Amino acid sequence: MAGGVIAVIIRIIGGGAVLVALLAFSFSTVLAVALHGDGLGTLGSYDWQAVRFTIWQALASTGLSVGIAVPVARALARQDFKGRSLLITLLGAPFILPVIVGVLGLLAVFGRAGWISQGLDLFGLDRLSIYGPAGVILAHVFFNLPLATRFILQGWASIPPDRFRVADSLGAQPWTQFQLIEWPMLRAMLPGTFLLIFLLCLTSFAVALAIGGGPRGTTIELAIYQSFRLDFDLGKASSLALIQFVICGTVAALAILIPLPRNDGHGLGLIHTRQDVQSNRIIDFGFISITAAFLILPLASIVIRGAIHLPELPNAVFAAAWTSLWIALISTSLCIGMALSLALSFARTGQTTQKLVEVVGILGLATSPLVVGTGLFLMIFPFAHPMSLAVPVTAMVNAMMALPFALRVLFPAIRDTYVDYIRLRESLMMSSGTWLWKVILPRLSKPLGFAAGLAAALSMGDLGVIALFADPDLQTLPLMLYRLMGAYRMDQAAAVAVVLVAQSLALFWIFDRGGRRHATS
Amino acid sequence: MNNITLFAGLFLASAAVADTPVLTVYTYDSFISDWGPGPAVEAAFEATCGCDLQMVGAGDGAALLARIRLEGSRSEADIVMGLDTNLTHAASETGLFTSISTAADYTVPGGWNNSLFAPFDWGYFAFVHNTDLESPKNFKELAASNLKIIIQDPRSSTPGLGLLMWVKAAYGVEAASLWAELADNIVTVTAGWSEAYGMFLEGEADMVLSYTTSPAYHIIAEGDASKKYAKFDEGHYMQIEVAGKLASTDQNALADQFLDFMVSDAFQDIIPTTNWMFPAVTPAAGLPDGFPKALPDSQSLIFSPSEAAAIRTGALEEWQAALSQ
Repeated sequence: MAGGVIAVIIRIIGGGAVLVALLAFSFSTVLAVALHGDGLGTLGSYDWQAVRFTIWQALASTGLSVGIAVPVARALARQDFKGRSLLITLLGAPFILPVIVGVLGLLAVFGRAGWISQGLDLFGLDRLSIYGPAGVILAHVFFNLPLATRFILQGWASIPPDRFRVADSLGAQPWTQFQLIEWPMLRAMLPGTFLLIFLLCLTSFAVALAIGGGPRGTTIELAIYQSFRLDFDLGKASSLALIQFVICGTVAALAILIPLPRNDGHGLGLIHTRQDVQSNRIIDFGFISITAAFLILPLASIVIRGAIHLPELPNAVFAAAWTSLWIALISTSLCIGMALSLALSFARTGQTTQKLVEVVGILGLATSPLVVGTGLFLMIFPFAHPMSLAVPVTAMVNAMMALPFALRVLFPAIRDTYVDYIRLRESLMMSSGTWLWKVILPRLSKPLGFAAGLAAALSMGDLGVIALFADPDLQTLPLMLYRLMGAYRMDQAAAVAVVLVAQSLALFWIFDRGGRRHATS
Repeated sequence: MNNITLFAGLFLASAAVADTPVLTVYTYDSFISDWGPGPAVEAAFEATCGCDLQMVGAGDGAALLARIRLEGSRSEADIVMGLDTNLTHAASETGLFTSISTAADYTVPGGWNNSLFAPFDWGYFAFVHNTDLESPKNFKELAASNLKIIIQDPRSSTPGLGLLMWVKAAYGVEAASLWAELADNIVTVTAGWSEAYGMFLEGEADMVLSYTTSPAYHIIAEGDASKKYAKFDEGHYMQIEVAGKLASTDQNALADQFLDFMVSDAFQDIIPTTNWMFPAVTPAAGLPDGFPKALPDSQSLIFSPSEAAAIRTGALEEWQAALSQ
């Protein structure tokens, strides 16, 4: 028994350490920046306008992304078709694209010179112009709808297929089935998914500006950028970063208030064999094809644009690909380590505590990357040369940014495994080691694979703080891409984008597939 | 035995490195990229200085200044290269820079006279378009046309700020109304130059804010003569990029040597076809074929650093007000 108590204490300390690190990472970086300036600064009317626009566009973009993701995920959950697995993998793609690549891909389809405009032109119609708030939302839906779909699909996969069979045999109507079986799952999945997507839209800045059509598209992140870069008003930058925290905290609190129904069963992640499959074929495939087209056309344009220039790439691309790969692997291990440590430590605590932990977990995403980078720089600078720490800092920041996604995937899975197997453990007097290695981890392989895939791909695509801590000899793929663009070499940059997309997707696929294979064997 | 040799080798090698003085130059990121002037500049300087030249990239010019302000007098940098005259006023105010004696026969329109900074290149902002388009002659004509342009945000981009100053220099108190007239020509405002130029090349707009030297890149590097810039009769605003020496340097003599090298032909020859800007001192070999000509002084607009600093906030508010309608 004493061993058990010690194990519990160790776990609590481990989880607590991660929480403290997260708080230090987010709040202390803001504090460091504020202290370097003259405390917090006051905001002008344009700053408040930016705050309003940010909240408005983030709510609209998130609502639309999550709203569309529900029927798409439902369609993917119950329909089987050729290429389904490939499409699910591709859902991970837009999320990991460097912003500029994604925007150019979208414009190749929806832009003034895009495919749709060219088509309209043929019929003598006006060209499409998406610039403005509608374009910003379109772009955010492009970047985030696939991710939301992936999350909600996980939820559908967790419903035991027996339930539908039982419901069918009892003659339950589709609407009743939805209310009794699917709605509880959605109620559990949606708040967390909404929160994550909201945060991604909240901190977006280049997308909003590039397609926003002018200073109306100013987000808080751009205002932070301005106060830091143009005015060197660190106080104002910290105030804006705090406002970003407050918005995120408010939305998180709302998400917390919604009570979670207990997930009381497990799916096998199989396609549901349900009676309503046939009757909904048309609607389902409508959703699937529109989403797939919306997703694949811009991606295809990126690949078509870049692939022919691949032979022109200098050898430096190999080094950059290698650097990106191992930074991604380090940050993935860090991220998964932190997520597991948190989830295992708090798996048996009450629902409210678990939700609080998840909220602290999202701090990494609620913080302005520029403020985090600057804060870390200020904290490291008195003790060491920041440049010499470029790799660990970049890996750590990437891990922190990916942590909310990993937690979102792992936490429910661990919680459910505990609920289902804890009695077995007690009755067999299983040791902690056996419990962890023989019961918990095998049951986690699927969510672990997905979480690791997300973390790795996210790290790969992120320009990250490496630009701020620039070590001249260390070039990642995103950095190389931006440098090529900055040197007029748009063709070669497009080719690097292809390498980046291919490498990120491959890594995502290996982790995700690895997890899925392990689960079924 | 092998291990001992290896160990001795490593030890000697590191001792040799330790004896070599290191000069640290902070500059903007695109300067040190494989496609920028950095690699050639490093090779040329190290061939003569008996030193190790370490160039560290930090974002763009404005990010570079922010970096120096964060590091203060404890910075490891000896030289900061890549600020422009929109930033030099704020840079002087930090008190981190010390006066230099670098002198050369500068070919910068309007001349150069500043004790803290020496110029290494310069350029004119301009709207670039395809040759099949007839250029508007000035801002008024552009505003009256249906031409679509992509510009950069002055809050996050150097050319964006340059355009703000350009309109202010050309139109003074009427700048606000000119922006209002231009509003319907602006497709979008991007965060940086790369996004804007990329979108222009993909056909999203008729013209993009860039430099008069941009078509030269396409002509010289790609053999593509399909781009030109629109010559505006109000004149073109200039960007002058400069370098300064930090007062906290521990390599005083080497830093001076670098600044002298910076205005010599060995450095200036590299600039036109790597940084795609005019060299601050025209090298003996002249400018490469395909490079544009400098404009007469009367057409070369620029505010002094202190004027630029004083005007900026007001001009930015005008811009925001006019384009937020």
